[in-house]
Amino acid sequence: MQITLTVNGTLRELDVPENTLLVDILRERLRLTGTHVGCDTSQCGACTVHLNGRAVKSCTVLAGQADGTSVLTIEGIGTPDVLHPMQAAFRECHALQCGFCTPCMIMAAIDLVENHKELDNKSVREGLEGNFCRCTGYHNIVRAVLSAAEKMAAKA
Amino acid sequence: MYRFKHHRPTTIDEAQSIFAACDDPSYLSGGMTLIPTMKQRLASPTDLIDLSQVEGLTGITFHSGLVRIGAFTRHAVVANSAEVAKAIPALAYLAAQIGDNQVRNRGTLGGSVANSDPAADYPAAVVGLGATIVTSQRQIAGDTFFQDLFETALEPGELITAIEFPIPEKAVYRKFPNPASRYAVAGVMVARFPRGVRVGVTGAGPCAFRATALENALNQSFNPDALNAVEIPDAGFNSDLHASAEYRAHLVKVLAKRAVQALC
Ligand SMILES: Cc1cc2nc3c(=O)[nH]c(=O)nc-3n(C[C@H](O)[C@H](O)[C@H](O)COP(=O)(O)OP(=O)(O)OC[C@H]3O[C@@H](n4cnc5c(N)ncnc54)[C@H](O)[C@@H]3O)c2cc1C
Ligand code: FES
Ligand code: FES
Repeated sequence: MQITLTVNGTLRELDVPENTLLVDILRERLRLTGTHVGCDTSQCGACTVHLNGRAVKSCTVLAGQADGTSVLTIEGIGTPDVLHPMQAAFRECHALQCGFCTPCMIMAAIDLVENHKELDNKSVREGLEGNFCRCTGYHNIVRAVLSAAEKMAAKA
Repeated sequence: MYRFKHHRPTTIDEAQSIFAACDDPSYLSGGMTLIPTMKQRLASPTDLIDLSQVEGLTGITFHSGLVRIGAFTRHAVVANSAEVAKAIPALAYLAAQIGDNQVRNRGTLGGSVANSDPAADYPAAVVGLGATIVTSQRQIAGDTFFQDLFETALEPGELITAIEFPIPEKAVYRKFPNPASRYAVAGVMVARFPRGVRVGVTGAGPCAFRATALENALNQSFNPDALNAVEIPDAGFNSDLHASAEYRAHLVKVLAKRAVQALC
């Protein structure tokens, strides 16, 4: 099927089989490999991207559902020189070890900060329930999200 | 996932005529249940009829004593609606407890109710609040809608368009979530109406049901201790790696008592 979607600000027209998943469009067709596949069963959140501004699991979005939408991936939020405040906070707070979960933990965390009011330790943990990290024990991730939330609020 | 054709109708009539013309069609709402099922090849529809563009399936409106929610309304919208939180706080709370943030950003009310997963949350509200399921054909009483494991009163091709929830005097939902998925190992909605108390249970049996023994006890005396003597038979309850039938029966009473405590 023919689909048109905006990925990180660029309009893309693609011809893909109907049973293609958004995550495969991103990784295989557009070579945006920062979005990962952890479980492929909608559980782990390693494939999280923003679809029209909200965090979704891209392994559970079909090509036809992505048609006409605007997608933001980890590649679209900052540059190596100018990191997004969430990326900078993850680095400062040592919120990653192997890094596999990190891109999508960051995308989920940005959604959390942008779309949910008062965040504290508990609400960050609840808000990230859809993202698994097998390394860090989450403690520093929560610190990073709270620290970035302050910086993002100050900027806004 | 097998190949299929993806249809995007814009009206209910069009959706239904596509359904009627296809070999083995399935409606697609948020896809948070259907897509994982298709990946596992437990479902292999020839045609997906996507409801996202269909007019008239979204929106939350308020009528005399009712909250009406369109079938395509996503869980996050219900969870974050200040109006729902004001009219039926237990319903907004329930929606906020479903899965995780990403699941709530995609999953919809109609998909959850049509699916009748034994561990889904919304069915407890449909039964506990005595909701009405509005379909393309008719209105179905919540009490008779859920029939068995993944079985509902819907006919093939019948489309849920909205669900009408009567506004109770007060209601509380309590669930014991599976720590990994957040699905309800057991969940109980207790609601007080001028006509009496209703108790809807999910997670415990093959599908959501009313716990009439608990309702009777609470209609006599509305306090947690009134439930002490009530027996919850576990015959026919679900038993799996998460919990035995006996444990689920125990949870139903504990959760009902906690809900009543919160309402007193
Ligand atoms: C990781 C994870 C955790 C979850 N945790 C929970 C949880 O804690 N509690 C919970 O309740 N649920 C949970 N869910 C399920 C989630 O709520 C789903 O969104 C929901 O069960 C199905 O809704 P959907 O809109 O995604 O429907 P879909 O997957 O699109 O459809 C489900 C079924 O309903 C049919 N259907 C859809 N809409 C209609 C309609 N309007 N009329 C008739 N038939 C229709 C479809 O044909 C299909 O058979 C979880 C899911 C995941 C992936
Ligand atoms: S890969 Fe999508 S949720 Fe795990
Ligand atoms: S840093 Fe390794 S999985 Fe999170």
